[in-house]
Amino acid sequence: MSVFLWTGVAALGGLGALARFALDSAVSSRFGRDFPLGTLVVNLSGALVLGFLVGVSLDGDRYLLAGTAVLGSYTTFSTWMLEAQRLGEDGEAGGLLLNLVLSAAVGLGAAALGRTVGGAL
Amino acid sequence: MIDRRELGAVFLGGAAGALVRAGLVEALGDGAPSWPWVTFAVNVFGAFLLGYFVTRLQERLPLSTYKRPLLGTGFCGALTTFSTMQVEVLKMLDAGRVGLAAAYGAGSVLAGLAGVHLASAMVRRLRFRG
Repeated sequence: MSVFLWTGVAALGGLGALARFALDSAVSSRFGRDFPLGTLVVNLSGALVLGFLVGVSLDGDRYLLAGTAVLGSYTTFSTWMLEAQRLGEDGEAGGLLLNLVLSAAVGLGAAALGRTVGGAL
Repeated sequence: MIDRRELGAVFLGGAAGALVRAGLVEALGDGAPSWPWVTFAVNVFGAFLLGYFVTRLQERLPLSTYKRPLLGTGFCGALTTFSTMQVEVLKMLDAGRVGLAAAYGAGSVLAGLAGVHLASAMVRRLRFRG
């Protein structure tokens, strides 16, 4: 347990959250909030990059900092779920299903693609 | 116009959420390619918590500028993770554990949605004084 390492986890986790906030705000102000596109863009890009880190076999403290701290905080499960549940509450069954399927399927594809690219390097 | 205090709230909440999640992963292990209990637990709990905070802040409390960025976007957003979950599913598929991967993916989503729903219903049913 190093204080330096865990200070890094906190700081990088904070930066990951800030990057999510900034990108989500930018996407939402450009395309509106009817469909939660901002969170989708954040989550898919984060899955792609985390896949890449796994592909280049990043491990130990480096993975803790770049993967678990930065990308773990950058991407979010709770907001994805909240936005999906609210779509359902508003009677937008189509939007709810699209949000779930698109995130899950393309997210898995993005992680796999990132890993393949990383592994080829 | 950029609100520096709003950004500060997102950063602080995010740092705290990341510390809790990373601390649990380091202490308990990530579990993959078996069922990743830590990710599952923080994700479902975080979804419940976000449903609670957002419903309470939007429908029950006076408008606050910094609580949602701190507790919602920052803490709950960073406590939960989408990318790690996808990589875990990928590792399960590598190991040929297709049923486990499907159960983990669908189970996380169903439990997450149920968490948000439950928390929201709870807040709406409670009568806060004042």
